Amino acid sequence: MALRRDRASLALSFILPIAFFSIFAVIFGGQHDSTPKIKVILVDEDKSSASLDLARGLEREDSLVVLTRPTSKNKAAQQPAEYTAATAEAAVKSGDAPVALIIPRGFGQNPISFGRDLGGPAIQLLNDSSDLIAPQMVAGLLQKAAMTAMPEVMAEQGMKYSEQYIGGFTPEQRKRSDAGLEELRKIQSGGAGSRSNAAGNGIIAVNSRAVVGENKRNPMVSFYAAAIGVMFLLFTASGSAGSLLDEAESGTLDRVLSSRVTMTALLAGKLAFNTLLAFTQLTVMFLWAWAVFKLDFFTHIPGFLVMGLCTAFAVAAFGMVLASLCHTRAQLGALSTLLILTMSAVGGSMFPRFLMPAVMQKAGLFTINAWAIDGFTKVFWRDLPVQDLWQQVSVLLAVGIALFIVARRIARRWEFA
Amino acid sequence: MNAPLTSPAAAKLWPIPLEIDSLVRRFGQVTAVDGISLELRAGECFGLLGPNGAGKSTLIRCIVGRAIPDAGRVSVFGSQAGSVDARAALGWIPQELALYPRLTCKENLAAFGRYHGLSGDKLRESVAWCLDWAALADRAGDLEKNLSGGMKRRLNMAAGIIHRPRIVLMDEPTVGVDPQSRNRIFEMIEALRGEGAAIIYTTHYMEEAERLCDRVAIIDHGRIIALGSNEELIHGAFASRSQVMARFDGPPADVSSWVERHAGRLVDGSAEFTIDHSTQIAGLLDDAAKAGLELLDVTLRRPNLESVFLHLTGRELRD
Repeated sequence: MALRRDRASLALSFILPIAFFSIFAVIFGGQHDSTPKIKVILVDEDKSSASLDLARGLEREDSLVVLTRPTSKNKAAQQPAEYTAATAEAAVKSGDAPVALIIPRGFGQNPISFGRDLGGPAIQLLNDSSDLIAPQMVAGLLQKAAMTAMPEVMAEQGMKYSEQYIGGFTPEQRKRSDAGLEELRKIQSGGAGSRSNAAGNGIIAVNSRAVVGENKRNPMVSFYAAAIGVMFLLFTASGSAGSLLDEAESGTLDRVLSSRVTMTALLAGKLAFNTLLAFTQLTVMFLWAWAVFKLDFFTHIPGFLVMGLCTAFAVAAFGMVLASLCHTRAQLGALSTLLILTMSAVGGSMFPRFLMPAVMQKAGLFTINAWAIDGFTKVFWRDLPVQDLWQQVSVLLAVGIALFIVARRIARRWEFA
Repeated sequence: MNAPLTSPAAAKLWPIPLEIDSLVRRFGQVTAVDGISLELRAGECFGLLGPNGAGKSTLIRCIVGRAIPDAGRVSVFGSQAGSVDARAALGWIPQELALYPRLTCKENLAAFGRYHGLSGDKLRESVAWCLDWAALADRAGDLEKNLSGGMKRRLNMAAGIIHRPRIVLMDEPTVGVDPQSRNRIFEMIEALRGEGAAIIYTTHYMEEAERLCDRVAIIDHGRIIALGSNEELIHGAFASRSQVMARFDGPPADVSSWVERHAGRLVDGSAEFTIDHSTQIAGLLDDAAKAGLELLDVTLRRPNLESVFLHLTGRELRD
């Protein structure tokens, strides 16, 4: 009966599962139509016809976005300079793209390689090891591009290899042919051990190197500490902000507002308390990750403080808005569950955003989760200094302030009867 | 002992603690407060007596600044209701138990003290004084939710005066408490008056208004229908007349028509008459016997505030 009277909660209890199902249907179901595109930075140091063909082949791939120079934010400004090996590595480190390919000088002289030491210099694949899928996809597509985009090179190289391996089938040639085949067999069965994990696995030699996270003891812990932490922070903050509803219901709020305390001061006090509460919760979670999962917590204290406080502030303000919007605890429970699970799904708390369709990745930018996770990733994964967090910090602070202003306006309904 | 509740300087500067002038507060089509004007004098206990829904609580909320009047004004020591000075001068004890159930008595008082700007020694002293005043010193560490109903009421009152206000607004502070706790609350109010506080006390219990209040305003449908001391109100309504209550055995229709013939009224099966002299009782009873009504019992009493309310509105106070 109580639920029937509280129509908003009743409605939300039906809307919640449908909304949540729809979000996951869009994230996962939508991938059939729109495979997430992978950004790949391409540096062509060779500029040979073979390397240019290969670059064109990669550009034709629908699932890749090939970047040869940084994206210019100001269209009127001069185009930025092309990536070099160094700037490409820096770009991967800062998270501009998960993969960079560097075609070295001399690649065109001997682009195809069957086996070790037979081809020219290997293509360098620099990757961010937090993204496990992108480098493998790029490595595969690189081989595909080589097969389809360089037919004349393939033929020329084939002749070279025929001559090298087969010759006129003299006993000596037979011996060499057998040795070559044996080598190929070894390659096929994975016996050609190499530090480069993709080298020799295709017709183009590729040396892969993780430029981010290569020394991390437990690579995904920092991601999940942030992702799950933010989601639960949102729940804690909305629950804690719900004390406003309890106070309004019991008459305590009326009484408090009859004292020297104004509504603005009361909300600001609650915001400060809820921010500290959320920050403490986050700290405990990261300390747990340090103690149990060997997260490098103590080497990232400044970044953690900045991101932790900004995230806690935004999350606390979000909770205040929810509490001031609702009339009962039941409504708050239903609305906060709906919004927080939605934000967490879209914002990457449940499923990394880089694996989502492009539309969902953009939608994620409207969530606190996405900005917080990006910031924590910069700190714990990319080891970036505090000043590189300005974007995340600005967004989270602006969101927090805006949400607090909204909460204050909505709370006017409690101010006077 | 803390500073006195009424600062002599303030009282001298502004001798009337509270002035209400033509106050109107509407809720949609309903006018909860309909042009009320009154003054609260320094150190007096002023009763607002009226049935449930008469507009007493709305009037209190307007005074404390929690409701914005549609017309009229409220002045607290010369400051507008809701202003910082007015808030500091007022202590509000709401009808509902507005406390934090998961805090102890001491923590509750400290929280409300801080809301009123108290801190440090001043806060500690004030909390201790309030615990003593409410006879809760031995329960200071108990959670509010574990207290008895009477104790919660007392704590609710203590939370309203933690900042030692000069005017205390009590909105039906004895609702739902047993007689023993009620007496304890009366003692607390009398102690508060001894400290010099001016009090507005709303109730629908006539006995409370008679016992505690120097002056009483009888409110009905948002209007003051009578205002004065108990004696003034009773004298105004009844002069020197008395009331006779008599119960008869006989057919209800016969009793009813006989009571009507003698300008009386039936209240809870008892016939009630207003007489100028006690000698009139014999005539009434003689006439009842002649009408065939058997007298069960008869009582002569002086009219009280309840009689005044009944006289003025034709309704019982607790209707």
